[in-house]
Amino acid sequence: MESKNNWKAWLYLAPTIILMLIFTIYPLINTIIISFLKHYDYTQNTFAGTSFTFDNYLLIFGKTGQYYIDGTFSYTTTFMRYALINTLIIVFVTVPASIFLALLIAVGLNSIKWFRRIFQTIFFMPYVTNAIAIGMVFAVMFQKDFGLINMIFGTNKNWIDFGASRWSAMFVLCVYIIWHALPYKILIFLSGLQGIDKQYYQAAKIDSTPKVKVFTRITIPLLSPQIAYVFITSFIGAFKEYSSVVALLNNPGPNGKLDNSLLTIVYYIYNMMDKPASMSLAAAAAVVLLLIVLFFTFIQLYVSNKKVHY
Amino acid sequence: MTDLKLVLNDEKINAKKVQKIEKVFKILSNIVLYAFIIVMAIIVIIPFYWMIATSLKTMEEIRASQQYFFPKVAQWKNYAEALGPNSSFKFWVYLRNTLIVGIFSTLGTLITTIFAAFAFARLNFKGKDTLFTIFLATMMIPGEMLVITNYITVARLGWVGSDITGAYLAMIVPFWVSVFYIYLLRQNFKQIPNELYYAAKVDGKSDWQYLWKVMVPIAMPILISIFILKLMGSWNSYVWPNLVANNENWRLISNGLRGAFQDTSSGMIQYNLQMAGTVVVTVPLLLLFIFFRKYIMRGVSRAGLKG
Repeated sequence: MESKNNWKAWLYLAPTIILMLIFTIYPLINTIIISFLKHYDYTQNTFAGTSFTFDNYLLIFGKTGQYYIDGTFSYTTTFMRYALINTLIIVFVTVPASIFLALLIAVGLNSIKWFRRIFQTIFFMPYVTNAIAIGMVFAVMFQKDFGLINMIFGTNKNWIDFGASRWSAMFVLCVYIIWHALPYKILIFLSGLQGIDKQYYQAAKIDSTPKVKVFTRITIPLLSPQIAYVFITSFIGAFKEYSSVVALLNNPGPNGKLDNSLLTIVYYIYNMMDKPASMSLAAAAAVVLLLIVLFFTFIQLYVSNKKVHY
Repeated sequence: MTDLKLVLNDEKINAKKVQKIEKVFKILSNIVLYAFIIVMAIIVIIPFYWMIATSLKTMEEIRASQQYFFPKVAQWKNYAEALGPNSSFKFWVYLRNTLIVGIFSTLGTLITTIFAAFAFARLNFKGKDTLFTIFLATMMIPGEMLVITNYITVARLGWVGSDITGAYLAMIVPFWVSVFYIYLLRQNFKQIPNELYYAAKVDGKSDWQYLWKVMVPIAMPILISIFILKLMGSWNSYVWPNLVANNENWRLISNGLRGAFQDTSSGMIQYNLQMAGTVVVTVPLLLLFIFFRKYIMRGVSRAGLKG
């Protein structure tokens, strides 16, 4: 039976393997190759020069100056100046902030008695919404002249409309990303909290341990596997931020199509894909992204093997 | 004797006091707790509320210097206009495209997933563990890495910018495999006891019959989860359709929404219509969540444990 199963198994796997070879494995290799070819043009299948080159990487890291396509200035130097910096800001602001808030909310939800289910549903709502749609709602709420936020706080700040500064738009972007990132984290933390043995809390109660100490000495350590998991996956997710910028601004910056001040790494990749001539730069940026993601994934594997606990 | 009594009395008073303080403290901390939860819940809800409120206002109300939390008169006609034939948001066209792409990519995914999960969970073959590890490893690759070459591939296949069938194919075929769902279903298949398999073998059932008559019905809940999550994925997908469906009439719902209701020459946005559009895009998802909460949560919370 075993040997008979052998070819049968491959038959069952055939559709999956064929599709994966075409749409996963080949693209992985091909994109890496393109990233080492200068001015690769997929329509002609040609490239400048004769062999592999590191020029694309040097270009995106701004070493050899600007890059012109069809005589117009393109985004070359914007990778370092905007895409990379903005992405790092998003990662190191939104991930810790949303994890901290989600942890507080999850612990709060876990210790209330009344209306728990209703609150749970409310906090999960942002997860099942369309990122583009709600991003557009945020844009309306932060509108300068008649937005809800300026109305509530009695200000007249230009947050994200034409003429807004990079940092105010970045602030709104981070608020939106945190808002959108909360539900999933709350869900994971909540299921982790429900798995903690009640005995620990009863023991702490008998010893009349203060609540803050219960939180830092019992809840956090016993929740550490979930916290570590959420930290790493959110890091990876935040490095790929793109559609939230599109949803809020419809452009890479508040001042129209040519303003790149809120460019992210992925936005940069899609912008460079727009023209065949800059495909190589998109590939190089994608490889950089792959390396970042792999780095965090290996940290995750390492951490989950060590079993974070106490 | 009297001394001892006094001490006891003292302690009694102390204990009562402590109890009282504890009670007050408990009530206070409960108030703080609920206040925090309620404030956060309001922050979560406000965008939804503002979306609905704005969708029911007139443009004059929206632009007024004095803003109100409620529309003066609910302008239901905004919805008729936003979804009407003269709107720049071609809802019915986008809906049709989204449903076609969603259903066909889901069906394809279900077929590849069921076959692959069956092979991994039930059959024995050389290199099974290695292959499964490779499968799992591909989950690490960011989609953006693949998009570049996949775009070239579908362009070479003539699926980009030719006709609506090409656009459909470009949006469906590359997404027929999902390693995560294979993993999810394999775990589910593995829980089915071996005895069932041997019993089916004794009855002279083939692997094929066993898969469809026993395994698939048992795994139905998880298959429904996959179906719903995948449909929601098409509803929300923006990036890839934006690249390959570069024609007004080929767009999916999210792409259509982002570009609509904006006067291209003046850049003016009809906020009330735009928000009516976002309500129409958001509400089906919320309804799906309310009715299929169990199935959605199953897929989502499993995702959280995969690490």
